[in-house]
Amino acid sequence: MTGKLYSALKARSVELGPFKDAPAATGHWKNWQLARDAQGVAWLLMDKKDSSVNVLSEDLLQELDEVLDSLHNDTPTALVLRSAKPGSFCVGADIKEFRHLNSEEEVASKLGAAHAVAQKLVDLPCPTVAVIHGQALGGGLELALCCDYRMAVPGSTVGLPEIMLGLHPGLGGTLRLCQLIDPLAAMTMMLTGKNTRDKKAKSLGIIDQLVEERHLDNAIEAAIEGKIKQRKSGLRSSVFNIRWVRSLAAKKMRSQAAEKAPPQHYPAPEALITLWEEQGGSARTWLQEEITSFAHLMATDTSRNLVRIFFLREKMKALAANKGSDGPTPEPIRHVHVIGAGAMGGDIAGWCAVQGLRVTLFDMQAETIAKAVGKTADLCKKKHLSKADTRDVLDRLIPDFHNIGVAQADLVLEAVPEKIDIKHKVFADIEPRMKPGAILATNTSSIPLEQLQEGLKDPSRMVGVHFFNPVALMQLVEVVEHSKASKETLARARAFVGQISRLPAPVTSAPGFLVNRALTPYLMEALVMLDEGMAAESIDQVALDFGMPMGPIELADQVGLDICLGVADMLRERLDNDMPQTPGWLSKKVDNGELGRKTDAGLYRWKDGKPDKKQDPPKAPEDTLDRLILPMLNACMACLREGVIQDADLLDGAMIFGTGFAPFRGGPMHYARNRGYSDVKASLQSLEQLHGERFAPDSGWEKEPDDD
Amino acid sequence: MVSQSQSQPAEHRPVYIVDGARTPFLKARGRPGPFTPVDLAVQCGRPLIMRNNLSPDVFDQVILGCVNVISEEMNPARVAALRLGMGEAMPAFTVQINCGSGMQSIDTAYKYIRDGGADLILAGGAEALSHSPLLLQQNAVNWLADFQRAKGIGSRLGSLTRFRPADFKPVIGLERGLTDPIVELNMGQTAEVIGQLFNVTRAQADEYAVSSHHRLARAQKEGWLENEVVPLISRDGKMYTSDDGVRPDSSVEHLSTLKPVFERPYGKVTAGNSSQITDGASWVILASEEAVKKYKLEPRAVIADSYWSALDPEIMGLAPVLSASELLKRGKFSLEDIDLWELNEAFATQVLACLAAWDDADFSRLALGRDEPYGRIDREKLNVDGGAVSLGHPVGTSGNRIVLHLINAMHRQGLKRGIATECIGGGQSGAMLIETL
Repeated sequence: MTGKLYSALKARSVELGPFKDAPAATGHWKNWQLARDAQGVAWLLMDKKDSSVNVLSEDLLQELDEVLDSLHNDTPTALVLRSAKPGSFCVGADIKEFRHLNSEEEVASKLGAAHAVAQKLVDLPCPTVAVIHGQALGGGLELALCCDYRMAVPGSTVGLPEIMLGLHPGLGGTLRLCQLIDPLAAMTMMLTGKNTRDKKAKSLGIIDQLVEERHLDNAIEAAIEGKIKQRKSGLRSSVFNIRWVRSLAAKKMRSQAAEKAPPQHYPAPEALITLWEEQGGSARTWLQEEITSFAHLMATDTSRNLVRIFFLREKMKALAANKGSDGPTPEPIRHVHVIGAGAMGGDIAGWCAVQGLRVTLFDMQAETIAKAVGKTADLCKKKHLSKADTRDVLDRLIPDFHNIGVAQADLVLEAVPEKIDIKHKVFADIEPRMKPGAILATNTSSIPLEQLQEGLKDPSRMVGVHFFNPVALMQLVEVVEHSKASKETLARARAFVGQISRLPAPVTSAPGFLVNRALTPYLMEALVMLDEGMAAESIDQVALDFGMPMGPIELADQVGLDICLGVADMLRERLDNDMPQTPGWLSKKVDNGELGRKTDAGLYRWKDGKPDKKQDPPKAPEDTLDRLILPMLNACMACLREGVIQDADLLDGAMIFGTGFAPFRGGPMHYARNRGYSDVKASLQSLEQLHGERFAPDSGWEKEPDDD
Repeated sequence: MVSQSQSQPAEHRPVYIVDGARTPFLKARGRPGPFTPVDLAVQCGRPLIMRNNLSPDVFDQVILGCVNVISEEMNPARVAALRLGMGEAMPAFTVQINCGSGMQSIDTAYKYIRDGGADLILAGGAEALSHSPLLLQQNAVNWLADFQRAKGIGSRLGSLTRFRPADFKPVIGLERGLTDPIVELNMGQTAEVIGQLFNVTRAQADEYAVSSHHRLARAQKEGWLENEVVPLISRDGKMYTSDDGVRPDSSVEHLSTLKPVFERPYGKVTAGNSSQITDGASWVILASEEAVKKYKLEPRAVIADSYWSALDPEIMGLAPVLSASELLKRGKFSLEDIDLWELNEAFATQVLACLAAWDDADFSRLALGRDEPYGRIDREKLNVDGGAVSLGHPVGTSGNRIVLHLINAMHRQGLKRGIATECIGGGQSGAMLIETL
């Protein structure tokens, strides 16, 4: 734990060479500072102008070119490359610039210029040392890979996450990482896009030494004097110089990659594997191939849509940070009190504790609280938290057998059963005890907030904060407003969602809010198909082929059939629309306690948390996909038209982060836009004729959307 | 003999005990239990601080009694304070006077507040006897040191030839800890010694032990411990709600079949009439008048006096008679003036020997300087809800627990004045005079 004093003193520890004594900028560059120390060692600090983090923008790279030219003209004893930003080294390319690149040729030419700059760094005749703190991601790491040595401060992470954007590294990283370390480890890193923590990065050989700030000066000196032994990639790597060995390994990579990301939807893994398998005969051609392949990928719809998702996430993060709002910055939530330790409440409490908040957890059943503590310990294990971090999480999660935490919490969240009288009773008990200014949040998924707030003395402090199951995996949280909620309450609730690393989607208190309302017609239609005699596996396969992370039948089992039918009944009643009726046999199943995954039996048989699916199911009829997807799109359109959510972008973000809607398609509304509203409408109309009124197109499809 | 430091100042600030809580005492079952001393202290302290509506960082300091500190938790008081979220600026220290540590923490806090040095202190005791280590014998330690120093294959092989498996039979750390190093008597043996001196029979000791179990069982059943005991939760999601060493069906017939454990085959002290080896923690909150007002606290008791005594280590079990009698003397009380007693049940024999000593003319003259003995303490006023024989004796915790329970039991019965006292391995004792509010 770090208190006031050490926090204040810590800034002193940063080793900045000649800049430590004279922190004034040197040189005429906007994004770089250059100075030499008494020994003639040049220190080059990356310091992206008007930004809290370093990104490799075009102008920053152009300036780097000039810096490197000056160093080539007057070679220093050595070069130390470091970030002037307190938080990190460099988080990669400036993705904003991606959106303005149009043709493959344009991308290739820009990238070629960047490669030339990187090569100048490689070609510097003096020793070069990159010093990494915080994150070195994507292009940031690729730049560090151009140096002779990499030193990292403990707590650093490195990674090449380009694959998440439908790309692969494009600044020479595919070549340089495969040359530096075991190529299989390098390929795994690039294919998964996962970050690598300090110690692991050291053991892989990406980092030469892991050094505390206080020893950096000595470590840099040792590197410059050639006293640091670097790992040789060894025999294991040289084996992959043989073509057929590479092909064998590539085959395995292909099948593993296809499991996570089907190549018909995600072309980047295949492109990366091919790049490595072919190797182009020489380093120079490999680099050339990398540029070509990258430029090609960037022009694909998949990459464009994944980049779009990156910005949707940024947009939702900005909502959490209340950027651009005129009100005062809301007080952060320090203490959360959760009422109800069942599946949702317990997991929400555990998640908040993992995210660093003090949490009190109350339930009428003490045993339920104990189980939630056990599940939180399991979550820590799953997240590979250290022994000390796990201890701290569990110390922060305070079992509260007497509901005392109500009086001390900044935010009280109820997750009690979905019965309005129970919730009203809870509210009546806790409202008078809550701290002034504390937020009263409800995790309800089906009760209108307008009804819930009845009887509250101060309804302005109430807000819906609706999590999705499983809490630790689903990034979305719906922040539900109602007519009496105050602006401050809503802003603080969004900020709270951001505090616990989730993405807020502000929605109105319409039935089912956004996600459940859009998802339920999709699930119900799948159940109707099941009723018509289609195989569950066939239905699911259609959704999987479309790019959903899970088919609707499996999802219904996962969520719980009781919950699905409950939400469907509620929507049918409150929306007065033509949701398909629940088949009788299904209601019976629920009555018999076959609820899905949680009871090991539902629409599938479940074993060890996995459904028992038959292989090679018969192919589903042609219109199956539209029957599944279009009701969902129709509900999304209705939500948009009714103003349940502010705009199509947020809607797409909510559906992707709340349901996993095929990410490479960019979200349901983006998909509809690409398909054309008129086509969506026509398809709905023909389904309506075949299958009934429930497919009647929403009026929102009449008018094609404005261009982006 | 009253030393200067233990004399009561004429004028002093009142010191209140606001509230307290303890964990269930969990019997050691042959392997380390789910909680370390600090784990216990944290799980006990969190709800206690919370239910008094105190922010953890408003305390002036933290004092914790702990005898068997584990190597991962040096100065467990400070580790607990940080883990309780009391802030990096919270001074905290651990006290150790063996079996009196949990009372020593209260007494130290009491004196700081009384003398104006502090206003709000968290004082407790924590012990996880199930975590006491297995130790290497000295021979084994020497061999390992030689082996590690040996360079080269030859000298390593040489030291391997000197390996003696018998040297590596581990020594149970707890057993060592319960043996007085000065007189080389195990604590159970000291109970045998005083049992004989005051004619305590095996049957009396067993009978006492049975009543201890029955009293605790009754207290649990009636819910008298509900406010006192806060549940523990382990990482596998298991909840521990009550003292698990209690045997409601305990009987003299059964206890009489047990063999003596300390002095075989003729001794009288058995596992059945001795305190149990357990894990547990306990905290109380002490406050000055100012702190009570400032934080709107509701004090439950005031500490009227305290005293520590010492005598021959061989008869350590008699020491409570000395310290408690000093409290009687200073307050000019007779036994009738004391409404309730907690006398820690290290051994049934030892408790009975103390009772006999108060009623013993010789002992009174010799040890207390009184012509007349105080008399017999009414069993209905002593350890009314059981004690260490039935719920266990986590060494550093017990002294804290008996003060806490004395307060709770007096409140339940509407009583005014009580004494909590314990014998301390090494030949000492502590006693505390408490008045309810």
